[in-house]
Amino acid sequence: MLDALSYPFMQNALLAGLFASIACGIIGSLIVVNRMVFLAGGVAHMAYGGVGLAFYAGWPVLPSTIGFTLLASLGLAGLTLNRRSRTDTVIGVFWAAGMALGILLLDLAPGYNVDLMSYLFGSILTVPLRDVIWMAGIVLVLLLVIGLYYRDLKAMSFDPEFARTRGVPVTFLHFLLVALLGVSVVMVIQVVGLILVIALLTIPSYLAQRKAQSLGRMMIAAAGWAAVFCLFGLMAAYYFDLTSGASIIAVGTVCFFLVLVWDKCVGALRSYPSA
Amino acid sequence: MTHTSSPKPPEVRDSQVVADIQSVDFAYNNSPKVLEDVSLRILQGQYLAVLGPNGGGKTTLIKILLGLLKPQQGQVSVFGQTPAQARPRIGYLPQYAENRDDFPVSVLDTVLMGVRTKKRWGMRYSAPEREKALQSLEEVGLSGYADRLLGHLSGGERQRVFIARALAADPELLILDEPTSNIDPQAKFCFYEFLAELKASVSIIVVSHDLSITTAHIDSIACVNKMLLYNARPEVTQEMFDLLYGMHERHTCPMAGFGPSHPGFLNRLQPRS
Repeated sequence: MLDALSYPFMQNALLAGLFASIACGIIGSLIVVNRMVFLAGGVAHMAYGGVGLAFYAGWPVLPSTIGFTLLASLGLAGLTLNRRSRTDTVIGVFWAAGMALGILLLDLAPGYNVDLMSYLFGSILTVPLRDVIWMAGIVLVLLLVIGLYYRDLKAMSFDPEFARTRGVPVTFLHFLLVALLGVSVVMVIQVVGLILVIALLTIPSYLAQRKAQSLGRMMIAAAGWAAVFCLFGLMAAYYFDLTSGASIIAVGTVCFFLVLVWDKCVGALRSYPSA
Repeated sequence: MTHTSSPKPPEVRDSQVVADIQSVDFAYNNSPKVLEDVSLRILQGQYLAVLGPNGGGKTTLIKILLGLLKPQQGQVSVFGQTPAQARPRIGYLPQYAENRDDFPVSVLDTVLMGVRTKKRWGMRYSAPEREKALQSLEEVGLSGYADRLLGHLSGGERQRVFIARALAADPELLILDEPTSNIDPQAKFCFYEFLAELKASVSIIVVSHDLSITTAHIDSIACVNKMLLYNARPEVTQEMFDLLYGMHERHTCPMAGFGPSHPGFLNRLQPRS
């Protein structure tokens, strides 16, 4: 591993993985406790529309994808605000429409695009330093916003109706959360791709939620799990010449099932009468 | 339609009126009306049970009182203000929701969400806020539970935590939506006893679809099933039963259709002569 570290691309990959892990820990926890995983999937696939737009218009990919996803996710937040209405159907439509838009725009884009796959499955080993700096900036904003709104976000996630009666700006926070999700998703796409982004948002959060004493500690633990997945996934990808995004998710999935089995065994032992 | 089967005190001073609902209509976007021409007045110190079938509009009514829903017709005032303005003075216990069971939050943090405060920013709670929350926990008899995880408590204990959260706002009006829906019958009885002890200090509205609430120390009843009937005494009148359960004739009863040999099957359940 040490010799691998001397390559700049590996250093960039590790930094990108670290920043993505922090974002996943924070946003993933909020998404999981708010039961918004499907919405996160919709946002991730809508981001592909942004990628298509960037190539079609010849704009820099990361900033324009962030801009596009931000706008699209705010639209989605508006449509899903009233949870009584058919939220899952609306998300399904956005999910597919964003993806289709991206493909069509790439068809129409001048020239032939070779790195299309990198947006579907991630390309952490080819993340340029410029994008790593973007990611650092996003993480900083994320930490700042969460630090400021932590109390209200927690109250809203726990019980939106009660929170509203206590003066928490629930509608605003819903939009804020989906916007933060949009930005974070684009960032994580760099690492594992838009198809696998859901895994990095949910698996660490699930593992962190089991024993967490508070939402904040759940975020920290989830970021830790995500960082472990990224590190070991990258090592596996480097030594066995595997696709990096899929390796990261594979490590996560193995951990997920090991922990699941472990919890079941511990539970069974506890319920077994000791006398 | 408001009906009073025993006369109200002739003169009610405005200062005694906690909440006043006047001929309110409500419908969720373009659906049939959930509430129609509903009026209700709640006085200081009153302990009112709101009964009604599921889907009858009970929860809608209290969400209107809390300003979470706006009626299409009619006026609502709470403490002489709009519901949204009066919210800080109302303690609220929402209906049981399963998704709160595995939320990573301690008992104390749950109660802290209810404390009346101007502070919004940051991650920490101030010392007075904590003190208030601990005091509320003591009121519901859960002093030693502050650091426990909410998910590790029993259903009855959890409901008491939510009561503490409602009390943490020093409410002048307490609104409880199906407070006993997730606790066992034994705990239910204790819970009603506990509410009765609170009664002296605040006005309470308890919403339930369970008639056993009438054995608690309530002093008045409102029945809601699209319309509202009010009784200033803790008794369910015949009229209320009709509103709650409808005046079914056998052929309108949906169960009749399930019989193996319709329509005689229901008759066979009766004792033979």
